[in-house]
Amino acid sequence: MSSTFIQVIASGLLLGAVYALFSSGLTLIWGMMNVINFAHGDFVMLGMYVAFVVWTVMGGGPAAAVPIAALVLASLGIVCYFVLIRHITRGPMLAQILGTFGLALLLRYSAFWYFGTSFRTLPETLVGGTLPIGPIRIESSRLLAGVVALVVTVCLHLLLTRTTLGSRMLAVAEDADAAELMGIRPDRMQAIAWGLAAAATGIAGALIANFFYVAPSVGETLAIVAFVTVSLGGFGSVPGALAAGLLIGIVEQVSAYAIGAIYKDIVVYALFVLALWLRPVGLMGRA
Amino acid sequence: MTLLAVEHIEVRYGGLIGVADVSLEVPSGAVVALLGSNGAGKTTTLNAIAGLVPTTRGSITLGTERIDRKPAYAIVRKGLALSPEGWRLFLQQTVERNLRLGATPVADRSRQAALLERVYAVFPKLAERRHQYAGTLSGGERQMLAIGRALMSSPKLLMLDEPSLGLAPAVIDFLYETLVRLRREGLTILLAEQAIEMALEVADYAHVLQVGRSVLSGPARQIARDPEVQRIYLGVGEIRAAEPT
Ligand SMILES: Nc1ncnc2c1ncn2[C@@H]1O[C@H](COP(=O)(O)OP(=O)(O)OP(=O)(O)O)[C@@H](O)[C@H]1O
Ligand SMILES: [Mg+2]
Repeated sequence: MSSTFIQVIASGLLLGAVYALFSSGLTLIWGMMNVINFAHGDFVMLGMYVAFVVWTVMGGGPAAAVPIAALVLASLGIVCYFVLIRHITRGPMLAQILGTFGLALLLRYSAFWYFGTSFRTLPETLVGGTLPIGPIRIESSRLLAGVVALVVTVCLHLLLTRTTLGSRMLAVAEDADAAELMGIRPDRMQAIAWGLAAAATGIAGALIANFFYVAPSVGETLAIVAFVTVSLGGFGSVPGALAAGLLIGIVEQVSAYAIGAIYKDIVVYALFVLALWLRPVGLMGRA
Repeated sequence: MTLLAVEHIEVRYGGLIGVADVSLEVPSGAVVALLGSNGAGKTTTLNAIAGLVPTTRGSITLGTERIDRKPAYAIVRKGLALSPEGWRLFLQQTVERNLRLGATPVADRSRQAALLERVYAVFPKLAERRHQYAGTLSGGERQMLAIGRALMSSPKLLMLDEPSLGLAPAVIDFLYETLVRLRREGLTILLAEQAIEMALEVADYAHVLQVGRSVLSGPARQIARDPEVQRIYLGVGEIRAAEPT
C-alpha cells in the first residue's frame, strides 16, 4: 500500500470519528423521543463559534474551547427541550418538523446577526502544524479532533449501556409510560438526552473549527452529513453512528483523492442510497 | 384499615368513556380481585390508580392521601406498583436491568441488592436468566419479570393486570401460588382478571365491573356463589353477540 493511500484512509477515519460524534447526538434524540432535530447542524455551528470566541476573547485553544463548548451547548440543549421540544412533541409530526426547523433558522440568523456573514478561521498555529506518524504526516488539528471525537463517542455509548442513568434513558426511549411506572420522570431523561446530544455536538464543533472555516451557514452542510450518517447507521444506534461515520469519512476522502474533491459528496450519497436500498434499517438499526 | 379507596371515578379517552363510575376498596393486607369481561374497564381502572391515565371525576385515596392528579412517577414512590397489561418490559435491556429499574423509587441504593435477592428467591427462573435480554424470555418468564420488577420498588400495594393472560395452566398455578405466598408475607394485592374462578380462589374481596361500572362487590366467597356473576358474564356475551358487525 502506498503511503498516500494510507494517508487518505487515516484522514478519512479521523474525519469520520468527528462525523460519528455529532451524528450520535442526532441519533440519541431520535432514539429517545422519535424527534428529528433539524437544528442539529446549527448546534455544531454554535460549537464552532464557541471555539472562535474562546480564541478571540482569551486566546484559548481546544483545551479550553472543548469543555466550554460542551457546557454552553448542553445548557442550550436543555433550555431548547423545556422551552420548545417538550411542547411540540405532543403535537403532530408537522409541528415537530416546523418547530426544530424554526429553531435552526433562529440559531442561524442569530449567528448572522451577531457574527456577520464573513467566513472565519482559527489560526493554524493554535493546534500546531503536522505530525509525522510512520510513513505519513497528519495535521495535528485533525488528529486531535479524530481522537477526542472517538473517545467522546465511545464514552457516550458506555454511559448509555453501562450506567444507571443510561439504563433509565433507554427505558424512557423504549416505553415512556412503563418507565414512569418505575418512578422515572420521562421529561427529565429527555432533557438530559438533549443536554448530552447538544454537548456532543458542541464538542464536535469546537474540534472541527480548528481545521474548517466558521460561518453561520456551515451547519447546513454538516446537518446533511449527520442525516446520512444516522440513516446509514440505523436510527437510534450510537455504535451504528460510529460505524457509519467512519465509513463515510473514508469514502469521502478516498473519492476526493481518486476522482476529485467536488465529486466526493455525490459518492457519499450514492453509497447512502445503495445502503438504504440493500438494508433500509441501516447498518445497526432495528427493524 | 383501608389502604386504597377508589370512589366513583370516571375516565375518558377523548370523547369515549373508558370507565363511567367505578368504586372499590382495598383493605390493608388483603387480596382484592377486580373482575369483568373484555372491555369492562379493569385496565383503565388500574391505569387510573397508577396515574397513567387522568380521571375526570371521583377520587382515589391511598391511606389518607389523595393520589388522583398525581403523576405516575410520584404514585409509585408512595408504595403503589403496577404490573401492567401486556407486561411493558424493557425488551432491549437485560432481566437484571429491568429489575433494577423497578427499584428506582427506593432511594437507599444499598437495599437494591437485598430486594434483588428476594425477587430471585421468589422467581428462581429470573435468576437463571439474569443476564439475558428481556426480549428473549418466554411468556411465563415475562410475566414473572413484570411482577418481579413491580416488587423491586417494595410496594405496600401490588396491582396486577391479568397475570394469567395467555399463559400455560402450570405457569398460572405457579404464579397464583406465588401471590398467596407474597400475601402471607404482608403484601396487599389488587388483581384484575377475566379468569374469575382462579381469582376468586385467592381473593378475600371482589369487585365486578360491567361496561365501565361497578355492579357488584363483596367477600370473594359470596361473589363466587352469586348466580348474578355468571349472568353478568354471559349477559355481556349476549349483548356483544347481538351487536351488528
Ligand atoms: N387507549 C384507549 N383509547 C380509547 N379507548 C380505550 C383505550 N383503552 C381502553 N379503551 C376503551 O375503554 C373501555 C375499557 O377498556 P379496558 O381496557 O379498561 O377494559 P379491560 O376490562 O381491561 O378489558 P380486557 O379484559 O380486554 O383487558 C373499552 O371500551 C375500551 O375499548
Ligand atoms: Mg385489560
